[in-house]
Amino acid sequence: MALFSQLLIGLINGSFYALLSLGLAVIFGMLNIINFTHGAQYMMGAFVAYLLLQHIGLNYWMALIFAPIIVGAIGIAMERLFLQWLYKLDHLYGLLLTFGFALIIEGLFRNQFGSSGLPYQMPEQLTGGQNLGFMFLPNYRAWVIVFSLVICLGTWFIIERTKLGSYLRAATENPALVSAFGINVPRMITLTYGFGVALAALAGVMAAPIYNVSPQMGAELIIVVFAVVVIGGMGSIMGAIVTGFGLGVIEGLTKVFLPEWSNTVIFIIMAIVLLIRPAGLFGRRA
Amino acid sequence: MTDLTVANRSQTSYSEPIAFLVMVGFLAVAPAFIYPVFLMKALCFALFACAFNLLIGYVGLLSFGHALYFGWASYLTAYSAKAWGFPPELAIFTGVATAALFGLIAGSLAIRRQGIYFAMITLAFAQMMFLVAVRAPFTGGEDGIQAVPRGTLFGLVNLNDQTNMYITVVVIFLAGFLLIYRVINSPFGEVLKAIRENEARAISLGYKTERYKLVAFVLSAALAGLAGGTKAIVLQIASLTDVNWPMSGEVVLMALVGGLGTVFGPVVGAFVIIAMQNYLAQVGQWVTVIQGVVFVACVLLFRRGIIGELANLLRIRL
Repeated sequence: MALFSQLLIGLINGSFYALLSLGLAVIFGMLNIINFTHGAQYMMGAFVAYLLLQHIGLNYWMALIFAPIIVGAIGIAMERLFLQWLYKLDHLYGLLLTFGFALIIEGLFRNQFGSSGLPYQMPEQLTGGQNLGFMFLPNYRAWVIVFSLVICLGTWFIIERTKLGSYLRAATENPALVSAFGINVPRMITLTYGFGVALAALAGVMAAPIYNVSPQMGAELIIVVFAVVVIGGMGSIMGAIVTGFGLGVIEGLTKVFLPEWSNTVIFIIMAIVLLIRPAGLFGRRA
Repeated sequence: MTDLTVANRSQTSYSEPIAFLVMVGFLAVAPAFIYPVFLMKALCFALFACAFNLLIGYVGLLSFGHALYFGWASYLTAYSAKAWGFPPELAIFTGVATAALFGLIAGSLAIRRQGIYFAMITLAFAQMMFLVAVRAPFTGGEDGIQAVPRGTLFGLVNLNDQTNMYITVVVIFLAGFLLIYRVINSPFGEVLKAIRENEARAISLGYKTERYKLVAFVLSAALAGLAGGTKAIVLQIASLTDVNWPMSGEVVLMALVGGLGTVFGPVVGAFVIIAMQNYLAQVGQWVTVIQGVVFVACVLLFRRGIIGELANLLRIRL
């Protein structure tokens, strides 16, 4: 019993790892920037959902649509106002700038809402659960896993199998050539950032009913997601998805068999991967 | 990182020795009009920032996990001084050795990847060791290790005397500072700079760049440990704050504000940031927001930092 319920929690965490590392990989591909604000944007997604419900009465389903749009729009503004000036510089400046933004956003939210978590009601359609015989499966958790899988695979499909995705991949390889074909590359970069940020916000909305909504919910998660990204390598979209879910499950299993190692296991796997395959499981050698 | 480097404009430059004398002069008279504990704290962080700058400024490696070495050295120094009754010099040495060992382990793994991945790996290892520190019984959890005895240095100098403590901290800081200065101006340091500018070319010239990077990393970790251990003796406390990720961000900020890749920049940056924290202590949570704003402003507006801009303006090396 404990095994299956920890496996379920592992899959839930894995959903968030996958969504967040997917967003990081998409952004890194186009912008060459590691988006340190990603954790803060995930947190903002959860807070926007909370505020929409508290002040306008928009429910969870509306939040799933509007929170990513709102937070994505803020991301687009950020890209236009600040990030775009850094593309010609060393990658490290992008990391430092987005780290600064993470501090600002998390600090502002902590000033406004305090450090303790705020509860967010589960949508009533998804309360309760199914008795599968060997375990009890809460409906909401099943929804999170299925929905994030759909979003991940949808993103993979758009990038790897559509015309738009082929433009994106081409612009990642050679932006100068793609713009010579008359494609507006800067706008594509802006929209890509917005999309990656929206994915983080979507993950935040999904996380809101499971964990409490709190200003620091993204800060530590993003460090784990960085480790996930190092393990998977950012070269492959499918790699990010598989690594995210896989590590969630491994973490869940560790909670059953070696509980004292459960919160460090991902970092230990990272160390082992660096020893054996320095480029990451799905990475191309830089 | 080429835009960081201040061009070597003259063969013999006296600007650095002069600036060094100005700094020593300042440290000699400062206790007369600045609270000594503030000065000592700022000096510990200045050494920490110099150690961090050795990597980013001269090897081009951004470590986002230097709190690991600072914090764990702080814990080991505090614990060995308090629980085992080590004298301060031995306690600090214990901290430095711990930091060097962790630097060797984490560094040998992290240098297997470059650029942005290096930053993420160092951050991840630091987070892992933070989580270990949260659970390890000897660290005292949320309370940390408090009331660390300052003890008697070499059985001669009573560090409970504020003047003795101040002189000791100044000596430790200057020793660390001069060591770094010596390293970056040695043939070894020239190879480090070559790796920063173009690692592939350094490899093609026959340098085993991984070894150079690892030695620089261990040295940086050990000096960060020296700063952390000294801080534990000075402030008589080691806590989770020293080892958590915001501390890693703070040291980046100090070096960035002062000027990455400048000799004196991290010292000035550390004094600015510590002073800012002191004066802003009453506005509490806003400190984080303001630090974030400083980060953004530095990256967008003056990437050279205070000392880097000054050096550029006066056309000298600092």
